Amino acid sequence: MKTAISYPTVGAMGKTGTWRVFRPSLDREKCIKCWRCWIFCPDSAISRDEYPVIDYEYCKGCGVCANECPVNAIEMGREEK
Amino acid sequence: MIFIDTANHISALAAKMAKPHVIAAYPITPQTTIVERLAEYVESGQLNADFIRVESEHSAMAACIGASAMGARTFTATASHGLLLMHEMLHWAGLARLPVVMVNVNRAIGPGWNIWSDLNDSLSQRDTGWIQFYASSNQEVFDNIIQAYKIGESEEVMLPVMISYDGFTLSHTSMPVEVPEQSKIDEFLPPFKPAWKIDVENPITHGNIVPPEPYMEIRYSMQRAMERAKKIIEEVGEEWGKKFGREYDLIQEYKCDDADYVMVTMGAISAEARFAVDELRKRGEKVGLVNLRTFRPFPYEKLKYEKMIVIDRNVSPGLGGVVYHEMKKTGKDLYGFIAGLGGVDVSYKDFERIYELAKRGKEGWYPLEVK
Amino acid sequence: MLKEIIFYGRGGQGAVTAANLIASAALKSGNRGVQAFPFFGAERRGAPVKAFARISDNEIFLRSQIKKPDIVVVLDTGVMDAINVAEGIKKDGIILLNTNKSASDFSFPYRTAVVDATSIAIKNEILVGGIPVVNTPMTGALTKILDGIDIENLKLAIKERFGKIGDKNAKAAEEAYNEVIF
Repeated sequence: MKTAISYPTVGAMGKTGTWRVFRPSLDREKCIKCWRCWIFCPDSAISRDEYPVIDYEYCKGCGVCANECPVNAIEMGREEK
Repeated sequence: MIFIDTANHISALAAKMAKPHVIAAYPITPQTTIVERLAEYVESGQLNADFIRVESEHSAMAACIGASAMGARTFTATASHGLLLMHEMLHWAGLARLPVVMVNVNRAIGPGWNIWSDLNDSLSQRDTGWIQFYASSNQEVFDNIIQAYKIGESEEVMLPVMISYDGFTLSHTSMPVEVPEQSKIDEFLPPFKPAWKIDVENPITHGNIVPPEPYMEIRYSMQRAMERAKKIIEEVGEEWGKKFGREYDLIQEYKCDDADYVMVTMGAISAEARFAVDELRKRGEKVGLVNLRTFRPFPYEKLKYEKMIVIDRNVSPGLGGVVYHEMKKTGKDLYGFIAGLGGVDVSYKDFERIYELAKRGKEGWYPLEVK
Repeated sequence: MLKEIIFYGRGGQGAVTAANLIASAALKSGNRGVQAFPFFGAERRGAPVKAFARISDNEIFLRSQIKKPDIVVVLDTGVMDAINVAEGIKKDGIILLNTNKSASDFSFPYRTAVVDATSIAIKNEILVGGIPVVNTPMTGALTKILDGIDIENLKLAIKERFGKIGDKNAKAAEEAYNEVIF
């Protein structure tokens, strides 16, 4: 039976990191480890370690994490390719 | 003037040139750019109409019904799930005999979520009493919209009209379109004179409870109007031809005269099929094409060819292709194919292949069952 | 004669607009059949995108997507890491690249044309959000490669499309027209 069900998978759209125009970078000095960036990342491209870790292979650079960060610890800079 | 633009922008322009009093619409992919453009026209004063921003497609149609019942010329546009949400109100507009004009940009129905072309949305509205037109080019989209008002508003018809065309394949594709002067459109399309309207000076009730016998007469009257619409569509198409050089009928025939097989298609794929006919003719195959311009009323009397290959971009589960099965009324040899659902590209090569399969007596889902 | 063109770029770079501009200029130059359309997908800024254009002396009846292009236009060579832009191209086809390198730096077995559209865009200050927009210069370069389109008609199409910023876009297109190497 073929239905409209699909299953979670890593990188269904390929290495979406190449889509980035702006690149998030985390300032550990400012980070309070509230994990909002981890919760809000729409692509689950942020994982939890000692600090949030951004997976640049898949991060599209949307900036949601920077927007949600309550202490402005994430800065969006121009992607240099 | 000839210029290029997408079918959606051409739709908005045609609607503007028909001078509607009321537009009520809700945006949905791939129709959105029609509504955006119309909102710009109203905002900038280029179009003197009331633009009602509604909370759903059901309300959009309800607003058009109310306005049309007041004697206003109305326009709306939708697609796919938006059209399905309107379904109840489509019956209402049909049975109230209100000549609302609507564009439907054909898009597949979910799930799976799909924004591409498929005719199942409009074909699901088959029995709502709407006249249905399909188009294979942006020029036909423009021409159909203006003609739709004249046809629907004809005293002999008084029915709503839906103009459908393929999402993206036409809606977002730029092609050359010749647009006449406003004054020529005004000459062709006089102001709307409704057969009845809600008027405080002459109070009427519409949509009141109706006992069984008169209800059946109302239905009969609607069926007769659909039958008369065939003649009106031909007359209006002929008048359009005299005025603007492009004549229209219920169907468009291409190289059918000496054809052993005639392909029957609807929508954008009709243009691609025409290209395929030329390719097959180069190889000596006697094949022709009928493009169904109208689906309601259904022009079965005109489908007079002995062997017809019907390509449906739709399916009625449990039966098959909708057009194929409706064509059984012709009593001719039919070969039915279902192709291009959910936006699957159907190229001229596919039509050539479908023709070869039909010649060998095959039919079915292409390419899932036969290829 | 039917010419089929595929544009590759990233969402936001204006590949669809480029296809529309070349079709509009072709119509103004007397081609009766022109067509421009996006790859029918959900476009996202930064994601690789595709757009199509057809140009012909006669009315075009094709509605399917282009599989065997005569010309491929690459607005951003970065997409070539993920996409084979030469796929399906005709044997005598041409690939037009936006690059500051020379054609010999790319080992395509097809005729390759190059133009530094990014530098032309920066020079003419065609920027959106600080990012150079290369679509208008690329249409200028493409006009040089195609037969049957007058550069003046392209400039007219650009001015009609862009209003206030039309002049600098038209100038960028003309510079690319003069600078493209092929």
